[in-house]
Formats: sequence, structure tokens, C-alpha cells
Amino acid sequence: MPAVRTRPRVGVVKLTSCDGCQLTLLDLEDELLAIAERFDIVDFPEATSVRSDGPYDVLFVEGSISAPEHVERLRELRARTTKLVAIGACATAGGIQALRNWANVADWSSSVYPEPGLLSVLDRVTPVSDHVTVDAELRGCPISAQQLREFLGAALTGRRPQFPDEAVCLECKRRGLACVLVAGDQPCLGPITRTGCGAICPAMGRGCYGCFGPRETPNVPALLERFHEAGLEPDEAARKLAGFNAWAEPLRPFIPATGGERPAEGHDARN
Amino acid sequence: MHGTDGILAPGAADERLFSVAELTRVEGEGSLHLRVRDGQVVEARLRIFEAPRYFERLVVGRTPDEVLDIVARICGICPIAYQLTAVHAFESLFGVEVHPSVRALRRLLYCGEWIESHALHVYLLHAPDFLGLPSAIELARLDRAVVERGLRLKKIGNDILTIVGGRAIHPVSLKVGGLWRAPRRDELAGLRADLDEALDLAQQTVRLVTTFDTPTFEARRLLVSLKHPTEYPMNDGRIVSTDGLDLAQADWQQAFREEQVEGTSALHARTHAGEAYLLGPSARIALAGDQLHPLARQALDASGQEAELATNVFRSILARAVELVHATAEARDILDRYEPPAKPAAAWTPQAGVAAWATEAPRGLLFHRYDVDAEGIVRRAQIVPPTSQNQAAIEADLARFAPSVLALPHDEATRRFEQLIRSYDPCISCAAHFLDLSYEEVGR
Repeated sequence: MPAVRTRPRVGVVKLTSCDGCQLTLLDLEDELLAIAERFDIVDFPEATSVRSDGPYDVLFVEGSISAPEHVERLRELRARTTKLVAIGACATAGGIQALRNWANVADWSSSVYPEPGLLSVLDRVTPVSDHVTVDAELRGCPISAQQLREFLGAALTGRRPQFPDEAVCLECKRRGLACVLVAGDQPCLGPITRTGCGAICPAMGRGCYGCFGPRETPNVPALLERFHEAGLEPDEAARKLAGFNAWAEPLRPFIPATGGERPAEGHDARN
Repeated sequence: MHGTDGILAPGAADERLFSVAELTRVEGEGSLHLRVRDGQVVEARLRIFEAPRYFERLVVGRTPDEVLDIVARICGICPIAYQLTAVHAFESLFGVEVHPSVRALRRLLYCGEWIESHALHVYLLHAPDFLGLPSAIELARLDRAVVERGLRLKKIGNDILTIVGGRAIHPVSLKVGGLWRAPRRDELAGLRADLDEALDLAQQTVRLVTTFDTPTFEARRLLVSLKHPTEYPMNDGRIVSTDGLDLAQADWQQAFREEQVEGTSALHARTHAGEAYLLGPSARIALAGDQLHPLARQALDASGQEAELATNVFRSILARAVELVHATAEARDILDRYEPPAKPAAAWTPQAGVAAWATEAPRGLLFHRYDVDAEGIVRRAQIVPPTSQNQAAIEADLARFAPSVLALPHDEATRRFEQLIRSYDPCISCAAHFLDLSYEEVGR
């Protein structure tokens, strides 16, 4: 590496995902050009045809690991990176596609594929941290612009970024929102979900569906019991967890055996 | 490793390979692979190598409202397209009448998405091609104001989504029957002045892209879009084509089919006769240009390039710019007429049957079809994104375009191929996820 380098070298790459988290970087419209001046964006294929294999001071990785080639690619990237940052629910918890971990992927493939042999996928969809050391994680489906600003600002000044491990409930209190669970008996994952979104769902009068994933010590059984009191059958209550962070460790044990899927009566749900 | 390579295949003395291992300034992961032997194109492939995400399987066993949140995640750039197509499909099956103000708000959401998506593509992804630059970051070094204009437009589109949808990416306000919450008039008031500004920026965008030189290219493709008697096609209309097709939007399968093609991870769609076709802004303007907002129509007329839109895909940047004028002008009109609905959502009861609908995503016609049981649970799904429908036409156009650039230096020719692909604004993240299903084949 060169001895003198003033601007951090940044890369943005993706694995299995929707592009929404890296798009969040391009959605920092007011700051994007300033960011491009203060950071040296050396590899970001969605935004520039200038390419680099690194090294990277900061590498943002979007997406989950779902194909064999991802594992090797990730290891190579890690070797060329000082600070590897997993961004979004796919990279930090497997994302929505990790719900296939409750099914047999071969069944899914052979039942719906004309030629399943052409398919190269791993049995399980996993987060980045299952494969390489991750230096920081930005949660969310998608990550929030505020988080990204905080991370980039901290990276420039060398301080630790602040991502409080608070429940969405605190954000509701700050916003003065009526509790949709207490007042409306609507299932809401707010009590076990980390803040970051700004409590946008409760602000719309709907329960939180957990985009930012579980807090560090969520009391999942108590919340499921509360959903049950609100009228949900146990499986339906647990199915509320079967979303974008279902494979996150604190939620995983509570997911129904069929994942998010309500089995069809009378015939095999896997077609 | 990322650049281009020209190799001679062993034993084929006069074979050239143009390849780009990972296309840049497109959404998602795809590669270009074009083989020329003795001056003839023998293979032209836009390969999609994103791993499948099984969305059509992921929505099985889910409620309609769960489906709306799941299908948003197909694409970070056009989540509203997926959510709106699905919500319309379910509402048409369940016989739900949504309040006219709710319908207007949903159209406003779509305007916001068209603005953010088109501004992203025109300024950040596509414009650098016409200026010989690798990125908008480099463009900003030469002309910061032009990039700032694009970013401002994009931000105003995102602001619409944030105010009406809760956030720009994966909005949370749509539900079957209407919306979780309808904004008050004062919450939308701040957008009014922004949209005046956006309209002006969009008109400037049309003038800017009209000055761009494009490669010479002519390919008259079958064009397909929705068409509505009184609106520019977005969330409603019949499926029409330059061949005179006129079909209810739920009946996409009557005219088109998907097929698996070796070496790419998305299904191609063709007409039942096997013809490739093209969707998107240029197709919409060709088929429904008479429904453009008068201000957009005026901008298009002033460009003097309308005729070229239907034949030269490099001109598609103009179609996106004209639609930026349309979407900003229509969004402004919606704001001016907006009265909040008494209730944001109508009640509904599930019904067994087939829920099918098509809307116009920023990149073109998007078709959804769900088999729903008596409890309203999805039992089978088919989702046909615009890029997988365009893929056959993209490859055919690559082959057609190739001879005109073979004399250029290899890297320059390869850049032109990449530019051609970018002209379709492919969303590979969307397309890739549909490797796993051909409805007809599964149904049998």
C-alpha cells in the first residue's frame, strides 16, 4: 500500500440482494458529491465504470451468501480490506431469501425448475459474518440514510459510529405515537426490533415488521405471548417473525417449521 | 480482470470475443458475451449471473398484505412497481373499490418512483456514456451543476416516496384496500414548490439529452406497453403493441410466454409466435404518447427526435427525460386536486381465484399472477419483470448492432456494446430472480 494516502479507499460490492442498500448511498443526494471528494470510491460497479480490485480501506458488502462462488469471492475481498462493513438485512442476517433455509432447496428447485441441474446454489443462505470477520454492520431492509451518514462521518474522523441498540418503541415514544399493540392490538415487532427506521410503520398505524432485526437481548417469548393475547394462534404469532431477519440468531429458534409459509390443506405445499 | 478482453479461440482463426465480466452502471450483476466469427455474430448474450432468490416461491403460503412487503424486496430501485402490481391484482380478484383519492395517492407514489428511477438512470448511469466518461462522479468534476440537477430531481422523487410511503426504498404504506394512512393536505404542501422546481429541472433535462450524439442504429422492434383511455399508462390500462395487440392487462399469458434459455439465469419472454419485443419508456411514448401530460408532450415535440425513439434505442434517454417531465407535472396536478379520503382503506374479504394485473414499472410492463385460496393465501405465483421481457430484444439488438462497430478498436467496440445494453436500463436484480419459474410448466 502507498505510504501516503489522504482519502480512504472505498468499495461497494453486492452478493444476493435487491441493490436497495447500495442505492441508499446514491440516495444521499445532498452529500453524494462531497462524499466522492472526501472518499476515493475505487470500486462501485453500480455507479462507475472505474474498477479496482482493492485494497480497500472500507468495503461495503451488500447481500447474502447463497451461491458457492460467493464464499470464495468474499474471502478474497476480506484479504484486501481493512474495514469490512456488512450492509443491510441480507448481509447481516441472510435477508428474505434466507426463509428458504426452512425448506429443502433441492425440493424448491426441482419442483419449479425445468432444469434444476443448471442451478448453482448453496443449501443455506447465510450472512457475511458466517464466512469472514466483519468489522461493522449496518442493519435494516434497507439500511437508513442516517446510519450511513453516521458511519461515513465517523470513518472520516476516526471515531466509533453510534448505532444505539434501542427498541423501536423508544422511537415511538419520542415521536409521541400511540402504541399500535397496546391501543390497537396490532401485532408489532417494535419491542424486540432495533431502531433505525424512525418508527415509520407505527407512524402509519401498522405494526413494525422488523426490518432492522432483533435487539441484542430481545424477549421474544413474551412478545409472542402478547400476540397470542391479541388473538393470534401460536403459529401465526411466530410467523410474524418470519420476515427479512428471520435467520438472525435471536429469532431463528422461534420461526415455524415451514418458515413463513402457511401449509396448504389437503395437498403438498411444495407443489 | 474487470476490463475487456479480445481472445482468439483455439482453432478458430477469425473468431473474436467481446466480453465484459461484470457490467457497470446497471442495476445488478450481469455480463456481456458476444462472439463474432468471420465477421458474423454467432452469439450475443446478456448473461445474468445473480443468484436466484426464489421470490415466486417465497410468497407461497403468504397473505396478500405480506406479499406486498415481500415483493418490494425484488428491487431496491422500483419497489413501488412490485407492490402496486400486486395490490391491484389482489383487489381486482377480491372486488375491492379503492377511494379515488387513494388511487391518486398511489399514482403519486408511482410518479415519485419514476422520477427517482429515471433521474438515477439518466444522470448517474447513462449520461456519462454520451460524454465519454466512466461515471457521474467524473462528470461532476467537469460540470458539477449538471450532476447536482440530476441529484436534486432524484431527491424530489424520493421525497414523494418518503412522505406518502414512509421511506424511499421499500415503502410501507400500501395495503390491500388502500393505504395504511393517507397524508393530510398540509403534509404534502411542502412538495408543491419542490415539484415546480423538479418540473423545470426535468424540462432542462430534455433539452440537455437532446444535444447528445448517439451512435447510428436502427432496429424496428415490436413495442409493447399498457394504454389507458384517459391517462398516461402507469398503474392501469390494456396491453397494446405496435402490431395491434389489445388485451386486458390480466391476460398477459394469452399473448406472451416465458422460456428458459441456456447460459443465463433469467427466463426470456417472447410472443407466442416467438418474437422478441421491447418494453419501457420508448415503447410507452410510441404507443401512448398522445396521453402524455401537455407539458411533456410539448417538451417531446420541441426535441424534434420523437420518430427516432421508436427505432434507435440509444435515444431512450430522451424518453426517460420526457417521462420525467410527465411524472413531475402529473405529481403536481395530483397535489393540486388532492382531498384526503374519509377512510384510507376499504374493507375486503378474500376470495379464491386468480389475481392478475400489469402495471408500467419505470423499465416497462410488469406482470403478476397469483393463485389464491379461499382464505386469501397465495398458493402459486408468477412475476414477469420488464428486464426479462426485454432480454431477447437486447440480445437481438446486440447482434444487429455489432457489424457497425467491428472496425473500431476492440475496447471501444466493447464500450459501445455496454452502452447499448445500458440504453435499455436493465434491472438485472429484478430479472435474475425469476429463473425459477415458468408458470405453464409448473402448472402441468
